[in-house]
Amino acid sequence: MNEIAVDIVLLALLAATAIAIARLRNLFAVAMLASVFSLLAAGLFVSLDAVDVAFTEAAVGGGISTVLMLGALALTTREEKKASRPTWVPLLLCAVTGAALIYGTLDMPRFGAADAPAQQHVAPDYIARAMPETGVPNIVTAVLASYRGYDTLGETTVIFAAATAVLLLLGFGRRKRGKERE
Amino acid sequence: MTMIAASTAGLLIAMILVIIRSFAGPTLYDRVLAVNSFGTLTVLLIGLLGFLTGRPDFLDIALVYALINFVGTIAVLKFFRYRLLGRASPGRTFGEEQV
Repeated sequence: MNEIAVDIVLLALLAATAIAIARLRNLFAVAMLASVFSLLAAGLFVSLDAVDVAFTEAAVGGGISTVLMLGALALTTREEKKASRPTWVPLLLCAVTGAALIYGTLDMPRFGAADAPAQQHVAPDYIARAMPETGVPNIVTAVLASYRGYDTLGETTVIFAAATAVLLLLGFGRRKRGKERE
Repeated sequence: MTMIAASTAGLLIAMILVIIRSFAGPTLYDRVLAVNSFGTLTVLLIGLLGFLTGRPDFLDIALVYALINFVGTIAVLKFFRYRLLGRASPGRTFGEEQV
């Protein structure tokens, strides 16, 4: 009961933050609020027992991507321009897409239900074998780092390449030439 | 148990207040401070959620969150001060506050 109340409050704050991000014009404030959004999402993930995901969300969303956003902002303007066209068509499209997604969740099994198809395929196997085979107490970590080790290595390579490209685009570690011109 | 639930409720109210400040904050530094406080509140919330669900195994993760929050705030403030994150040259850019 308590967790449900916490979830509801966190989700409400998440929605309020998203609306504020959409409405604010000051892009520095938007970058700061995006960091808050990530922290809220991380809290929600912890509440849903997905600690690994929450940790990634806090490190990437709250830490690195905020800094990258600010680095990108230094290259562009600080104020968002007003939309020149009416925005009700995109709003309608988003509302319809969201309604379709919510309609799609109605068929899903209940959260954490034991007879869900996702829990009956390979999950019992992992639960039975993870501890004796790998010795890692957290099964999610065992799957990520041991059974799908090559997959995780590939993901890490992709993220490393993407981070390198973004850092090169933003020009980190290079002295800014704009200072001399001023 | 009641005490932990009450603390969680108080923490959530504090989070709401901090979020209002980060929405309304007239200057940028209000928002930076609000985000920093919000990170601290998230750390406390994760710690309390562990006790609320009876599994306080996540306390070490809350500690790592606190570290990330601190480093992130330092990075943001350094960025505002020097306008770049790599090799800052304090001799040339010191005192140029444009934000």
